[in-house]
Amino acid sequence: MFDGYLLSVLIWLPILGGILTLFAGDKVAARPVALVVSVLTFAISLLLWTGFNAEGYQLQFVELIPWIETFKINYSLGVDGISMPLILLNTFITVLIVLAGWEVIQKKPSQYMAAFLIMEGIINGVFAAQDAMLFYVFFEAMLIPMFIVIGIWGGDNRIYATIKFFLYTFFGSVFMLVSLIYMYTQAGSFAIADLHNVKLGLTPQILIFLSFLIAFGVKVPMWPVHTWLPDAHVQAPTGGSVILAAVMLKIGGYGFLRFSLPMVPDASAELAWLVIFMSLTAVVYIGFIALVQSDMKKLVAYSSIAHMGFVTLGFFILYPILKNTGSTEGSLMGLQGGMLQMISHGFISGAMFLAIGVLYDRMHTREISAYGGVANRMPWFAGFFVLFAMANTGLPGTSGFVGEFMVILASFKANFWIAFLSATTLIVGAAYTLWLVKRVIFGAVTNDQVSELTDINKRETFILSVLAVFVLLLGLWPEPLVHVMNDSLVHVIEQATTSKLVK
Amino acid sequence: MEIIYLLIPFSALLGSIIAGLFGAKIGRKGAHSVTIAGVGIACILSFVVLFDVLAGNTFYGDLYTWAQIGNTKIAVGFKIDQLTAMMMVVVTFVSLMVHFYTIGYMEDDKHNWPEDSRGGENSYQRFFAYISLFTFSMLMLVMSNNFMQLFFGWEAVGLVSYLLIGFWSTRDTAIFANMKAFLVNRVGDFGFLLGIAAIWTYTGSLDYHEVFARLSAIEFTTVSIIPGQDWLLVSVIAISLFVGAMGKSAQVPLHVWLPDSMEGPTPISALIHAATMVTAGIFMVSRMSPIFEMSDTALSMILIIGATTAFFMGLIGVVQNDIKKVVAYSTLSQLGYMTVALGASAYSAAVFHLMTHAFFKALLFLAAGSVIIAMHHEQDIRKMGGLKKYLPITYWTSLIGSLALIGFPFFSGFFSKDLIIESVHASELYGARYAYWMVLLGVFVTALYSFRMFFLVFHGEERMDKHTKDHLHEPGKVVTWPLIALAIPAVLSGYLIDPMVVGDFFKGVLHFDESHKAIEIIKEEYHGIFSFVGHGLMMPPFWLAMGGLGSAWFIYMKKPLIAQWGYDKLRPIHTLLDKKYFADEFNMAVFAGGALALGKGLLAVGDRFLIDGLMVNGSAKLTGWFASVFRHVQTGYLYHYAFSIIVGVLAIMTWLVFGMGRI
Repeated sequence: MFDGYLLSVLIWLPILGGILTLFAGDKVAARPVALVVSVLTFAISLLLWTGFNAEGYQLQFVELIPWIETFKINYSLGVDGISMPLILLNTFITVLIVLAGWEVIQKKPSQYMAAFLIMEGIINGVFAAQDAMLFYVFFEAMLIPMFIVIGIWGGDNRIYATIKFFLYTFFGSVFMLVSLIYMYTQAGSFAIADLHNVKLGLTPQILIFLSFLIAFGVKVPMWPVHTWLPDAHVQAPTGGSVILAAVMLKIGGYGFLRFSLPMVPDASAELAWLVIFMSLTAVVYIGFIALVQSDMKKLVAYSSIAHMGFVTLGFFILYPILKNTGSTEGSLMGLQGGMLQMISHGFISGAMFLAIGVLYDRMHTREISAYGGVANRMPWFAGFFVLFAMANTGLPGTSGFVGEFMVILASFKANFWIAFLSATTLIVGAAYTLWLVKRVIFGAVTNDQVSELTDINKRETFILSVLAVFVLLLGLWPEPLVHVMNDSLVHVIEQATTSKLVK
Repeated sequence: MEIIYLLIPFSALLGSIIAGLFGAKIGRKGAHSVTIAGVGIACILSFVVLFDVLAGNTFYGDLYTWAQIGNTKIAVGFKIDQLTAMMMVVVTFVSLMVHFYTIGYMEDDKHNWPEDSRGGENSYQRFFAYISLFTFSMLMLVMSNNFMQLFFGWEAVGLVSYLLIGFWSTRDTAIFANMKAFLVNRVGDFGFLLGIAAIWTYTGSLDYHEVFARLSAIEFTTVSIIPGQDWLLVSVIAISLFVGAMGKSAQVPLHVWLPDSMEGPTPISALIHAATMVTAGIFMVSRMSPIFEMSDTALSMILIIGATTAFFMGLIGVVQNDIKKVVAYSTLSQLGYMTVALGASAYSAAVFHLMTHAFFKALLFLAAGSVIIAMHHEQDIRKMGGLKKYLPITYWTSLIGSLALIGFPFFSGFFSKDLIIESVHASELYGARYAYWMVLLGVFVTALYSFRMFFLVFHGEERMDKHTKDHLHEPGKVVTWPLIALAIPAVLSGYLIDPMVVGDFFKGVLHFDESHKAIEIIKEEYHGIFSFVGHGLMMPPFWLAMGGLGSAWFIYMKKPLIAQWGYDKLRPIHTLLDKKYFADEFNMAVFAGGALALGKGLLAVGDRFLIDGLMVNGSAKLTGWFASVFRHVQTGYLYHYAFSIIVGVLAIMTWLVFGMGRI
């Protein structure tokens, strides 16, 4: 089915579905239409998984239509083992977001649903684009629905948050645009594959690398360009936080794999220390900051930054390994770990934000001190919350363990102290997460509001159960995903260690 | 056979899932039936496996590939040998007894929950789900054939321990204790994980057999973690792994969580915090004996830490008044004994003591639980006394457990403890002298605190209030039968000394280097059980134990004034022990307080001031400043704009004419 245009369907079906939702009317049809569109998109995206050939790194499901021929910009799509799972993550999470907003969003639900569907299509475009300009267009377009979501359905301080979010991310991507145009002048094409092959001197490489670092570093977000995230999360409605944490942050990590490492390998090698330093700071520094948060969403937002530190660490650890051992043997562990951490973080952070949303819908506060003893009134919810919290601390058997474990292993191969610092997450991550659990979930009922809480309903139970299943499945058996990504990641290592310097 | 290996952990897991998810539907009887069935099957099959292993059939194989990363295959699989089989039997047997016992202990658990809490609704079923889940996790840990799965089991038992310590989640002390337990264990796991990472880095594998086979290649490898300092790689690995064991097996200074874990219901104190989970560290070091044997540095460290724990934690037990706390400190001390044995390379003696201890300590805990039920959840031994006539079965089984604990001749602890002391005596490593004196003096302390408690609880005047006294009676059969069932191995398991330590049961499983002769010397000196006992009667440990027992009797039964006198005169020492050497205060102030202060400082200085203040808002202000400058240009008057356009056009034309001309 959809031979030759499956990816286009995955991009345009939700966008058109979103527009349809806009006109479906707030009262009755918007929600069902949105649900049908998102479920349909998810179902169709499964064809990617079933039809995917995991042998080799070649792009699959490719499409190519000339777009702006003067500049050789093409509507060029395709996926490999890296982008395919991310598209699935996106289509999956969007279904949950539509469900999560079902009763909760009473203000203009049709526009709310439409924004998320359109965003789904655009993000699929980001992951599927094989032309740098097309990528850039999707990359920027993605900001618009997100901007709207926070700006309209956000909290009291949403304007500050949206501006900060927009400026931060826009600031980052402008530099990337300059770099892309420069590379176009060198390669004569915007095709990502051509940019992978174009020869570049060290200085241009370093400048390009830095521009990518800003663009993707803001998205991930990496320390020290992370401060937009806690604000955006706190102001965003639950669905916004979920898509932001679960999917949008992954675009930063994806960018490093698709752009930085293969396009400017020599600069990546030169500046790997910088990325590793920033990643370790994210893991350690941000962990301590998460510890002292009084707002649940902020805490999870900071925890996200710390967890994403493992992604960038895992991607760039291959250079110190190469330097230290003279071969790239073992660096695959770091890249696999980084990718698994991204997917896993999609499930876990999504689940954490949805769980906080469940509480917020009932009590209209995210202050930790307003809670206490929730388990007494919401035992099933408490069970889910503890499970996701444990996954957040990287408990083996949950998906949170897999990526961190692999990245720490790979780090040791590079340097004892990198492993040492990254492994502190075992303690600090557990400290802030379990302290949150202790203060919110456990204890005696602290006030009347808590004592009036009702346990999760069927809709909420369904959402959290689905995520729980994936968190456990990925933790107990990551091999299917590892297998799908393997050849593409091996290829990235090859690209990242092949010099492009002009001889 | 392979299907049996599979059935053992997963029957426990299945029981747990059914009781946990469908507890409300199947009811109390359904929940305990299904979990007991699961663990019962696991127990019976574990015995089958043990006999199969005795017949010479071991197993090593993978169940499925967890992840294949390059050349590293990370699998889930089983290694079934003598050590595994013994652990499986101990774990499932004690677990089964605890399952039975729980039926009685948790019968009226609803009373433990406040009225506005739904926590008590299915707490009975939930409890059974947890202890079965624990059994599954512990089995996965001991049956593992690779480090990933070992770590899985390692943390999974920690998770269940967390859930069970905080089982009565409305109690502040309980939810503090469970968080503390998890975090302190995470400190250990931090070291453990680094050790695993080091193993993978230098052997390229996480599979036990592959790693062991490649050890000889890294025997003399050095690493310089601190530049300029070359450390032996195997020492780094062994010490890292041992840090993990220190967390799980509660060795100083990571011992602080175990006493607090007594906040959990008593059955799990017996199962998790005495008999099985806390011995995971001992098991792990034994399993990794090929690694530990390569590093004398690590072994010395193990000796010293174990010995410190054995003696100084025992001392705290003397001043405790909570019946469970006394047993908890006793457990710490006994874990210290096992650790000392590991350091002396007497792995078989350590594992032997692990087994005997599992039986008699589970027995002591369950007996303490029986007392607690009878006393209506009063745990202060100062409010007990004379319980002998009310609780005869508890009394006699406690006596058996206590005698086994202090190493009374013919009881199991006698054999296992004597072996440890002998092996330390024979060890020539740095620290062995210190360790020897600590474990020797520890024998006196053990007997003192054990019988202090025993006499205060069961003998002497009846100090409880009248209401409690009127209702005193032995709990039902589900409580007393497990006591009896555990009392039997608490006495008899010591007689397995012949095959397990001096015999060949662990040959080829537990390794020791030729230079570490402790066990060899013991083997040479061993001439049968009776001569061992006869010899033991003339040795200091026996007399120290008798001395401790006698002192307890004299101080607490005969002349209680001595206790009061000692309490008054030795107050600083009493305070030091009562405050547990101020370890909790230190940790709270330095680590907990330090982390929070650091977090607040980083947030204020790093995120708020430097990044948001200077970088983000600073650049916003800069932009604002530029805007205010340029605003003057945009006046809104048409002639200003017209003038600007003219100037602009002139400038461009000038540039075009003169600039372009030159090109």
